Amino acid sequence: MNEYRLELRGVSKAFPGVQALDDVTLCVKPGTVHALMGENGAGKSTLMKCLFGIYKMDTGEISLNGEKTIIHNPLDALHKGIAMVHQELQPIPDRSIAENIYCGRYPMKGVGPFTYTDDKKMNEEAQRWLEEVHLNVDSRQKLNSLSISQMQCVEIAKAVSMNAQIVIMDEPSSSLTENEVENLFGIINELKSKGVSIIYISHRMDEILRISDEVTIMRDGRYVGTWEAKELTTDIIISRMVGRDLSNKYPPKDNKPGEIVLKVTELTSILPKSFKDVSFELRKGEILGFAGLVGAQRTELMEALFGIRNLASGTITLDNKPINVRRPADAIRNRIGLITENRRETGIFGVLSIKDNVAISSLNAYRDFGVVLNDQKIGKVVEDSINRLSIKTPDHKTRIMSLSGGNQQKVIIARWLANNPEVLIMDEPTRGIDVGAKYEIYQIMIELAKEGKAIIMISSEMPELLGVADRIAVMCEGRLTGILPREEATQEKIMQLATAFKGGEVAV
Amino acid sequence: MNPTKKDFSLVDFLIQNALIIILILLAALATWKNPNFLSANNIKNVGINIGPRFLIALGVSGCLITRGTDLSAGRMVGLGACIAGTLLQNASYSQKFFPDLGDMNIFLVLLMAVVICGFMGMLNGLVISRLKVPPFISSLGFQTIVYGACLVYTGAVPLGGYRKDYTDLATRNYFGIPLFVIIAAVVGGLMWFLYNKTRHGKYMYAIGGNENAAEVSGVNVSRSLVKIYTLAACLYAFAGFLIGAKAGGANVNTGFGYELEAIASCTIGGVSTTGGIGRVSGILIGVMVFEMLKSSLQFLGVDTSYQYIVQGLVIITAVALDLRKYLAKR
Repeated sequence: MNEYRLELRGVSKAFPGVQALDDVTLCVKPGTVHALMGENGAGKSTLMKCLFGIYKMDTGEISLNGEKTIIHNPLDALHKGIAMVHQELQPIPDRSIAENIYCGRYPMKGVGPFTYTDDKKMNEEAQRWLEEVHLNVDSRQKLNSLSISQMQCVEIAKAVSMNAQIVIMDEPSSSLTENEVENLFGIINELKSKGVSIIYISHRMDEILRISDEVTIMRDGRYVGTWEAKELTTDIIISRMVGRDLSNKYPPKDNKPGEIVLKVTELTSILPKSFKDVSFELRKGEILGFAGLVGAQRTELMEALFGIRNLASGTITLDNKPINVRRPADAIRNRIGLITENRRETGIFGVLSIKDNVAISSLNAYRDFGVVLNDQKIGKVVEDSINRLSIKTPDHKTRIMSLSGGNQQKVIIARWLANNPEVLIMDEPTRGIDVGAKYEIYQIMIELAKEGKAIIMISSEMPELLGVADRIAVMCEGRLTGILPREEATQEKIMQLATAFKGGEVAV
Repeated sequence: MNPTKKDFSLVDFLIQNALIIILILLAALATWKNPNFLSANNIKNVGINIGPRFLIALGVSGCLITRGTDLSAGRMVGLGACIAGTLLQNASYSQKFFPDLGDMNIFLVLLMAVVICGFMGMLNGLVISRLKVPPFISSLGFQTIVYGACLVYTGAVPLGGYRKDYTDLATRNYFGIPLFVIIAAVVGGLMWFLYNKTRHGKYMYAIGGNENAAEVSGVNVSRSLVKIYTLAACLYAFAGFLIGAKAGGANVNTGFGYELEAIASCTIGGVSTTGGIGRVSGILIGVMVFEMLKSSLQFLGVDTSYQYIVQGLVIITAVALDLRKYLAKR
């Protein structure tokens, strides 16, 4: 038998403007848990998408049990015994659990060409797989009646039912309570004992060190190395992930918070499971961080502040005046800007030029006679921001999609700066950006704060919040559980507040 | 063409421009078979045909750029032509639609056609933007509604006996240039201005580039879409008015299928079906190419029935070539 269940060698993949993967290697032994680590944007997900046939790699090869193979698409990957469990993968929420498990390969009965689905068999077998992962629900229930962790178990059950030999788990624990994590680890150990290999992607160091046998670390799309988990400590992993001394990961913080500019009182969403009774204050020249786990509703809260989502109650006061925000245009008029979490979906206009991408939110300012857009005025603003934010581009006519993630993010920052905002909300501003560009984004944020702009920064990376924010607000399941001043904040305290309601008990 | 592109591939160039190359060959063949193809007369005639077609294509282009479509275009053209037809008949014409109607001002009639169709277009835009009905379905519905409205209005009676000042529009020349060509040039210039120099134009490209991002950037997407579909319908009505003048008559089937020609012309001219891309100059080229295609097929003596088959193939090829640019990237 071959030493490795799976070998990925020399994998490279380029997107317009970015080399997402550059000669990456990943070798996984049978019956082991192999952690894949790296910062956001290091290329973990891209690598897994190449393995799962969602992306086509430019170069590189895949071997399964020592035999070279090519994976054309996800279905092909499943046939070859590779399954992916991802919390955002909810195939068909409105169909039954059994149908989700057997989607695309329903058991059939009938004669010759006259076949039809055998629902009874499907439900019974699905029930068996659910028992396998200790999930005590009826397989005929609709998938969306389950909690996120239960859906995840369904995904695992699906993988098991397909007799998968390799299961990819992408951030499986990020929204789970401690008990649910224990259950997950139990299932992982059972799979392991059956000889299944697991590729485990997570940011939680303690979990990685506990559950995994081997760890592969990636940085900026490159392979750093593979080590036995027992040789590693959290510090070693971080230094290898970042690839340099941590001390200068953040620029010096010399902004000084001033008077209160934004006051939010008891904001409550119209959705029952979203944010509730959130109150906070934001000062001029301050960077207020927002921490929380997935599902903490931080993004939803900010989108409501910006008029994308609806409020059931609560007030927003800007410069001591109550404001009414029903749509983004209202927020923009009140000089609030929002840099969204998902740049590709709600940020950039891929096929449009940098110029158009910058100018879109401030077009009113460039009109002559109230109608004609003055190209020179636009050009000047755009050139200024290219220089100021040092956006790396041949010229402002270049399509934004050909820029790297960091430069795209700077273009979007420029879009809001063109409006001279008082409050700038940045949702995961460094997601999918390489380390060097992250530093630049932090610098820009601190610069803006020094100019007196108030900044809200949502981030899932605690070190980033601790490095850049003046205060850190922590949310858990839609509630604001605490605000920590920079001096008092630690990862442990944030984690405690972020899980205040988890597992049925309320801490603090 | 692109200076940053290092390796120029002849095959890629040929594939990207396949349609235009084939059409140039077709035109050359048509000229060889019948030198009249390049006569001043035929060129003028093609120009007069291009005029209204260009207006329709410009109308539909806004919908396409915002990732929508407008299947009601052809029927709107028909409605515009019929409204104009019923109001601009000779007093002496025996089957006059409104026997007691005096001579109406020709501009007033044009305005009425534009306003009525524009209103229908606005409803279409409202359905698309407020009720979130996909443009394909909504405009399909309006295609049928407008056809029905036109049947009700005309009672399916073919219209004829137009006043001379109306039909003269099609033959009138200024400085040796047909009026239709001048109209097309003026409207094309205005649309270029709208697309490139106004907030509305920037919003349109932004919506097509990424509708969600446009909303987040403060663009009132609904309002922009309503404007786009309304303007489109106004242009269809204008085109219908001109087509009626040229044909010297109209009926409920006037303009049938023109939406597909217009969409095809836009696509040939580089308006991307994936949204956010399209230039007025490209649309003009697309319309010219399409009309040249029809004319060359005529001069080559191809049966009209076959012409439809060829046109259909051209439409599919144009879209497939357009999408090919995006497919290769995965």
